[in-house]
Amino acid sequence: MGLDPPILAVSLEAPKGGTGPGVDEMMGEAVAERSLTLVHDEGKRAKTLRRFRRDDRIFKAVTLASAVTVLVLLAGVMIALLHGSLPAWRVFGFDFLTSESWNPVTEKFGALPAIYGTLLTSFIAMLIGIPVSIGIAIFLTEICPERLRRTIGTAIELLAGIPSIIYGIWGLFVFAPWLQVHVQPFFIDTFANIPVLNQLFAGPPYGIGLLTAGLILAIMVLPFITSITREVFETVPPVLKEAAYGIGCTRWEVMRRVVIPYTRVGIIGGVMLGLGRALGETMAVTFVIGNAHRIVPSILAPGTTISASIANEFTEAVGDLYTASLVALGLILFFITFVVLAAARLMLMRIARKGGN
Amino acid sequence: MATALSIGAAAFGLTWLVLILLVLVVKGVGGLSLSVFTEMTPPPGSAGGLLNPIVGSLILTFLAVVIGTPLGILAGTYMAEYGRYSKLTSVVRFINDILLSAPSIVVGLFVYEIMVARMGHFSAWAGSVALAIIVIPVVVRTTEDMLLLVPNTLREASSALGMPQWLVIKNVAYRAARAGMITGVLLAIARITGETAPLLFTALNNQFFSWNLNAPMASLPVVIFQFALSPYEDWQQLAWTGALLITVAVLGLSILARALSSKKVQI
Repeated sequence: MGLDPPILAVSLEAPKGGTGPGVDEMMGEAVAERSLTLVHDEGKRAKTLRRFRRDDRIFKAVTLASAVTVLVLLAGVMIALLHGSLPAWRVFGFDFLTSESWNPVTEKFGALPAIYGTLLTSFIAMLIGIPVSIGIAIFLTEICPERLRRTIGTAIELLAGIPSIIYGIWGLFVFAPWLQVHVQPFFIDTFANIPVLNQLFAGPPYGIGLLTAGLILAIMVLPFITSITREVFETVPPVLKEAAYGIGCTRWEVMRRVVIPYTRVGIIGGVMLGLGRALGETMAVTFVIGNAHRIVPSILAPGTTISASIANEFTEAVGDLYTASLVALGLILFFITFVVLAAARLMLMRIARKGGN
Repeated sequence: MATALSIGAAAFGLTWLVLILLVLVVKGVGGLSLSVFTEMTPPPGSAGGLLNPIVGSLILTFLAVVIGTPLGILAGTYMAEYGRYSKLTSVVRFINDILLSAPSIVVGLFVYEIMVARMGHFSAWAGSVALAIIVIPVVVRTTEDMLLLVPNTLREASSALGMPQWLVIKNVAYRAARAGMITGVLLAIARITGETAPLLFTALNNQFFSWNLNAPMASLPVVIFQFALSPYEDWQQLAWTGALLITVAVLGLSILARALSSKKVQI
């Protein structure tokens, strides 16, 4: 650095709650003060120290600004969505949330079919995804031999890496036709005479529709719920499990009565994270949902979700009201996912604290 | 019985993975040829390739990383180095995690409102900004996690030798966490490579080859979206090939990131 030795310690910012270099720092400063008077280039050293302080301040300010940018981004998204959807709210008011019509010609828009589709597909995804994910997590933490654990774990996480548009075209060209030919007629025929179920599984087997979208979403959220469930399973103190095994519990009883109750909050957090993902999923759903703005009892029927509506119609939306209605849909989706994700984070923070992190 | 169920669950999950990858390879390889990389997207009925979406995706990804990575690294640095225990950091961490899982179509709407509507036209810049907004939370998260792993003794040692704090961060903390931070950037790139929704109404699409950043730009995911939903066989074949290319890129990046993060760090 081109200065005479010794370079004297600049005081550290001690982290709060840590012991910090308190004594050393004080000693350093005392030595510094005495040595400063002894050294020749007093001005040069002071200038360097001043430069260090200035550079430190600039760097800290830059990083602080970047951190605040994250907050600004979120606020910006909310404000931009509110601003863009204002025309729709002014014309429709709260009826927008309950109206079933979606007519670009007469300019009457309502969010209910989209909200219904979003919630229903996510519900189906959770119904199938949660038990399967927990099953996979149990498999990976308890049953899988050590050598295979990493490979199978990586394979499951690869499911998360596959882009959603791949799920979309696979769903449209492979999964939906298969469902149409082999699965849906079976459901329709089996439930034809049972009172409630024949309403749920009615109608011509299109292949695409709400159920198909829900099934694909289930496959997509598997890796997310599985990885978080695995992590929380590993926070269970081995002592608890060994004690249970010691009094003669079977593997299933240990799972059911010790592990899962202990990690319940974490599992719910993981589930809600998967739910947040399912709610916002766009491309996979757009391909197989069928894009029909209506609500019918049958889950085999085509429908629509918020994200699919926006993806399909935004670039063709003519007129301010149409565009504003689509942005209003986006605002509703953002609000729903924000609530779900925030709740998930709070629950995961709670179990992290419990695990001693 | 429970054992059988969980093995069944794992088999269920793995089966879908194998099925999807198998179909992708079988259908995508059929259309692979040199012309895919050298010719532009054709009108239906003519032969062509995927040159403009491939180049467009590369440009958009590059710009998104250039915009998003510095912001993300600096934000993560503040959270790990300066404000480690402050309330602001916990709030930022919370919000960041929400942005991480936010629906990407909402990001697209946001950038539409602030850039496309203002500028009056679609552009590659808007597309890059949308992708950058997806990059930032990933990079912030991994940067903060990796910097928190660096032992404090390293920082204290260099401080004791007189380094100002920002140089401690730059020369010691960054270097120690370098592999992890690069992994984070690679994961972010893998994520935006497959993202379609934010590009749908920011960069839009472009039939022709274009370097113009102020104009709509083609990208692989959007072209796949358009071609796959069309009724034309040759377009659908190009869509499958494009899908194969994207998946290879994403999986390759993920494997690279994993290999990097398991290598021993040398300071």
